[in-house]
Amino acid sequence: MPALAGPEALDNAEIAMNKQRLILVGNGMAGIRTLEELLKLAPDRYEITVFGDEPYGNYNRILLSPVLAGEQEFEQIILNDEEWYRQHGITLHAGCRVERIDRARRQVVAQDGSTAPYDRLLLATGSSPVLLPVPGHDLDGVIGFRTIADVEQMLAVSRSHRDAVVIGGGLLGLEAANGLLQRGMNVTVVHLLDTLMERQLDRTAAGMLQRSLEERGLKFRLEAETEAILGQERVEGVRFKDGTELAADLVVMAVGIRPNIELARQCGLYCERGVVVNDTLQTFDPRIYAVGECVQHRGVTYGLVAPLFEQARVCANHLAEYGIGHYEGSVSSTKLKVTGIDLFSAGDFTGDERSEEIVMQDASAGIYKKIVLRDNRIDGVVLYGDTVDGAWYFQLLRDGTDVSDMRDQLLFGQGNLGNAGHGGENASVELPDDAEVCGCNGVTKGEIVKAILEKGLFTLEEVRTHTKASASCGSCTGLVEQILADTAGGDYSAAPATQPICKCTDYSHDDVRNTIRQAHLTSIRAVMETLDWRTPDGCSSCRPALNYYLISTWPGEVQDDAQSRFINERVHANIQKDGTYSVVPRMWGGVTSPDQLRAIADVAEKYKVPLVKVTGGQRIDLLGVRKEDLPAVWADLSAAGMVSGHAYGKSLRTVKTCVGSEWCRFGTQDSTGLGIKLEKMCWGAWTPHKFKIAVSGCPRNCAEATIKDFGVVCVESGYELHIGGNGGVKVRATDLLCKVVTEEEVLEYCGAFLQLYREQAHYLERSAPWLERVGLSFIREQVVEDARRRKALCERFLHAQRFVQQDPWAQIAGSDEANRGFTPLKVLEES
Amino acid sequence: MSRWIEIGNLDDIPVLGSRIVQTPRGDIALFRTGSGAVFALRDRCPHKQGPLSQGMVHGTTVTCPLHNWEIDLETGEALPPDEGCTNTYATRVENGVVMIEFGGVS
Ligand code: SRM
Ligand SMILES: Cc1cc2nc3c(=O)[nH]c(=O)nc-3n(C[C@H](O)[C@H](O)[C@H](O)COP(=O)(O)OP(=O)(O)OC[C@H]3O[C@@H](n4cnc5c(N)ncnc54)[C@H](O)[C@@H]3O)c2cc1C
Ligand code: SF4
Ligand code: FES
Repeated sequence: MPALAGPEALDNAEIAMNKQRLILVGNGMAGIRTLEELLKLAPDRYEITVFGDEPYGNYNRILLSPVLAGEQEFEQIILNDEEWYRQHGITLHAGCRVERIDRARRQVVAQDGSTAPYDRLLLATGSSPVLLPVPGHDLDGVIGFRTIADVEQMLAVSRSHRDAVVIGGGLLGLEAANGLLQRGMNVTVVHLLDTLMERQLDRTAAGMLQRSLEERGLKFRLEAETEAILGQERVEGVRFKDGTELAADLVVMAVGIRPNIELARQCGLYCERGVVVNDTLQTFDPRIYAVGECVQHRGVTYGLVAPLFEQARVCANHLAEYGIGHYEGSVSSTKLKVTGIDLFSAGDFTGDERSEEIVMQDASAGIYKKIVLRDNRIDGVVLYGDTVDGAWYFQLLRDGTDVSDMRDQLLFGQGNLGNAGHGGENASVELPDDAEVCGCNGVTKGEIVKAILEKGLFTLEEVRTHTKASASCGSCTGLVEQILADTAGGDYSAAPATQPICKCTDYSHDDVRNTIRQAHLTSIRAVMETLDWRTPDGCSSCRPALNYYLISTWPGEVQDDAQSRFINERVHANIQKDGTYSVVPRMWGGVTSPDQLRAIADVAEKYKVPLVKVTGGQRIDLLGVRKEDLPAVWADLSAAGMVSGHAYGKSLRTVKTCVGSEWCRFGTQDSTGLGIKLEKMCWGAWTPHKFKIAVSGCPRNCAEATIKDFGVVCVESGYELHIGGNGGVKVRATDLLCKVVTEEEVLEYCGAFLQLYREQAHYLERSAPWLERVGLSFIREQVVEDARRRKALCERFLHAQRFVQQDPWAQIAGSDEANRGFTPLKVLEES
Repeated sequence: MSRWIEIGNLDDIPVLGSRIVQTPRGDIALFRTGSGAVFALRDRCPHKQGPLSQGMVHGTTVTCPLHNWEIDLETGEALPPDEGCTNTYATRVENGVVMIEFGGVS
């Protein structure tokens, strides 16, 4: 029997009989996360057994700090209780250490002498605190900070004793010190170097941190080397190299962690600092995988959960035998979990001769921000006092975004680039529980906090699925991230640098589009087969994306798949909350006529349309049309010469214009006429997200061209072309692309820009975030500097337009076949 | 008493699509999955009464067009983390004709 048959090779009954045995050693955060991911992918593949040294289910180790500080209870930090293991048919040996691995017999030997056989083994043994080997380090009352047992011991001492010494001024040491201080102890932090958290902070930020911790009552001894721990049985004090001494009833050593590799080393697995694994998290024995802090990958060991969760995802994929994902290492970010102190750092912020620094310091407000740039990309960030933009900088860092175009704005944060509605509301700690955080879905802070604690959520994505907060317009994302950080001790969304399209696949938007292009795929089915989609028909996220990539890559060749379009695009109208639809006819450049208005009025009366409204895009909207009336409404509008306004599509929307030189005393060019030409050229085009254009006749800019995806501002000498504007959730003014002289040039540049966006942006990415991701310089290179490329882009656009400029309304209204989808299959008089 | 009522031809429901049946007690949505199975659900989402027939079908799930809840076509229940349920009706396809059972246990 092949031990590792592919997923299709066995049917379900056979799998049940031949279930392979998977053993997990280490019942901690990385190991259990891997099992959770595995159960999602292949719930029935393995018979699973877990061994854990600690006598509980899996808990959130990160939150030991708030527990120590008295801000949370033990029960709140349990992630997987015993019921969870039972439900998933997992055998748990809690409080049972594995002593030995017998690779020849493929079994593990536990503390109590029992053995358990495996087909595959997963090591996730984590790491242990380093205890300085000074005399007295083994006295009672000298401990590390790693487990519930450690915290219980600290709490016991804090109830009966006074003096605590914490050795180590890093993240863990400061959190321990703060906790003990909250518990009423007199705490001194001892640190070898002259600044705190030197691995995360630069000197300035470290100084600010030290001052505010001192204000809370912590004491510091910097540049102090511990020589001995004093005492008979219990610890009584600490002596330093310089001969001075400090009284101590408790000594917490937080000088670093060491990966737990004894088990692996003893059975002959190759180890260096950690257990060495490859990009699929496999050790040198192909049956044995390893994840978490015990692992060394490409020479690096990790001590924060975000990278471990990424490892877990990839490892689970291979255990499930999908064999797609690769782990390529992570950059991590840190937040200090001391309530009231905002501190964030990520990447490498020390800098060298090749890097540059941008710094802002406001001492009296207690704010410090430093960004280290290398080759116009963010290499490292340190934020103190105001960490709202941490997640944004971290994203830019991971994406390797070229920031040269926003350099002068960078330090002021993302909010400065414009954020409608939510300005200023960013300090989550002060928000009361009943404050509404997500305006779209009416979710309060209290509800978010409750979900995070009760359901053990870690990532922004998880909070979104469970609470819907920030799942709609996204403008409260920053705030939700902060609540998550305050409640769960960090935002672990440290998504892999490239995100999969959705849960049906591990491939990213770019992977999919490149495959479609290179393998000349022309149907959704073919894409799903080639890229091993996990679900039979994808889902409502990936299908529309695939459909778009296919039709935009192979215009005229690919059959548009109606069932893979969101309802609005399927029925060419906008669905309303009561299930009726709205109809917006196109009015070229916003210009209409008495005939058209009369036709609209007739339609409104004939079909009893409840509301006729002028839209923000200079068109007229008929709201509340019943689905079965749509084809007839369209037929009437067609008869009056009107076509679909595509107000429903990820497509060209409206071209807004002002009256321009024909009428206005300030107009410099015929903005209305140019707008009409642009709309005639671009209408019908499908785009990654909606696309809006405007033309203003002079810099007074009455058509608001500078918040459109493509905006034209007419001037005496020609036309200014602006790109990447957005008037929606997050207001963004355009960037100037270039200036041109003739209308022909405007049309050509517009076609080229639109085509570049169509070919490169991810599905559902508007031109503004796309521009920020790829950089203005890149777009200028393609569209402005290289005339041949511009012409080729524009030609590809015009070619694609040949296949789409047929009015979908007229087509449906005129064909019984297409019409059919709008009527009931049957009408029953009684039921 | 339950009874089976003939609704129409299977071919008239698009694959991965839906058509509705109007009844005096509200619309019923008929869904056809990729594997050819037909399911019938009351055409109202348990969230805010969205018309499920206008949603996107994948596997044996439909995504509501209004706020993206996912509803299981077999049970009428919302997939977690959402909670709620809509009525289901038994269906049968014979010689390419779709039938729904009314008044039965659903
Ligand atoms: C009808 C209209 C409001 C009105 O009564 O004036 C409207 C209505 C809707 N807008 Fe809008 N938007 C309308 C102009 C605008 C404008 C103003 C403009 O175009 O000059 C904006 C800001 C400009 C911009 O897009 O940059 C605007 C920004 C949005 C956004 C946020 C987009 C963003 O990138 O942040 C959404 C949400 C989305 O698309 O995801 C949205 C979505 C919607 C949807 C489609 C919501 C939905 O999914 O149901 C609304 C459809 C209602 C319907 O059935 O017609 N609407 N919407 C306007 C139609 C314009 C037209 O004639 O086609
Ligand atoms: C106080 C504290 C605060 C922290 N704060 C943060 C933070 O803010 N942000 C952040 O990202 N990270 C933080 N961390 C780090 C984070 O908790 C760890 O990175 C993470 O828990 C490591 O997961 P792991 O599964 O590799 O190891 P662990 O969670 O340690 O799990 C390993 C488990 O294996 C068991 N084990 C070991 N050997 C054996 C054996 N032979 N047999 C059976 N069982 C065995 C251990 O007992 C342990 O239960 C913090 C850690 C601590 C201690
Ligand atoms: S029309 Fe636009 S702004 Fe108004 S409620 Fe709908 S989405 Fe919101
Ligand atoms: S009505 Fe269906 S998701 Fe809201």
